Amino acid sequence: MSTETKQTATKRAVPFRWVAVGIAVVALLLAGVVSYYASANPDGLEYVAGKTGFLDSASEHGAADGPLADYSTKGVDDARLSGGLAGVIGTVLVLVIAGGLALVVRRRSTGSSDEA
Amino acid sequence: MHVPDGFLDAPTSIATGAVAFVAVGVALRGARRELDDKTAPLAGLVAAFVFATQMINFPVGAGTSGHLMGGALAAVLVGPWTGVLCVSVVLIVQSLLFADGGITALGTNILLIAVATVVVGWFVTRVLLKVLPKRVGMVAPAAAVGAFVSVPAAALVFTGLYAVGGTADISLTTLATAMLGWHTVIGLGEAAITFLAVGAILSVRPDLVYAARGVISERDLVIKTKEAVA
Repeated sequence: MSTETKQTATKRAVPFRWVAVGIAVVALLLAGVVSYYASANPDGLEYVAGKTGFLDSASEHGAADGPLADYSTKGVDDARLSGGLAGVIGTVLVLVIAGGLALVVRRRSTGSSDEA
Repeated sequence: MHVPDGFLDAPTSIATGAVAFVAVGVALRGARRELDDKTAPLAGLVAAFVFATQMINFPVGAGTSGHLMGGALAAVLVGPWTGVLCVSVVLIVQSLLFADGGITALGTNILLIAVATVVVGWFVTRVLLKVLPKRVGMVAPAAAVGAFVSVPAAALVFTGLYAVGGTADISLTTLATAMLGWHTVIGLGEAAITFLAVGAILSVRPDLVYAARGVISERDLVIKTKEAVA
């Protein structure tokens, strides 16, 4: 029964590698290119804070002087490049950290080396 | 909805930090059941996609914008525990490197954007998938409704936190109304993006979508009897 299911699945299945590449390419395009065209208006919370009158209570961000602060790369003058580069760096960083974390947390197929 | 430093007072921020810490710890244990050799890389990709999509603010009228939060999306694709971890990683990177979301507000943001959206989005999606016909085609619409509800829900949680530890003396009714109103509109964008993303993966590899697993196995059983096939 299970072999039958597997056969039907593999016949139609797109290889995982393609799906992975697809998601990665879409993410990199969004962060690296499309983000330039994103709305610069304040987001819902910021807008409501402004209207309701508590936006001033926000204090300066501790990492406001960081090299990637506010999604722009320090030292890169071109806005399109600066933002796109920051987006790509962030996307790759999140991929590595979250993917790495998931690999550490996952069930090992062997199961014998359980450290938790 | 990234909360900056200073909106909530120190005791509230410490409390949300503690709750977020525990929530991420519990999620680390829970995610073990969801992740295997195949889904672990997928979790990394989903987190990267959420980070990238959060950069795309879409206008929602009257000088306001919104962006995806991604809790419901991540929960549907890789499971709720892993979903909490994915969005938490996004928020930590955003706060520490991109100065988006206060550092003292990190716990608050994890609670709102990673925990509240996953809990509400996943719950609504699951209930719908239980009620709706067991078909793969139902997964993306159910996820979209879950995503839609998760945004005003997170806005309500923020309002609740502000009622407890807001630093400015403002009318809570005004705050609740404005937060709910705007985030209901933003929820439509959340629903659209979630629908498209879940639908795209379902169309190529439905077996990779965590929320579709139960539906797929039931459908396989139907096919094997060779009676229900039209």
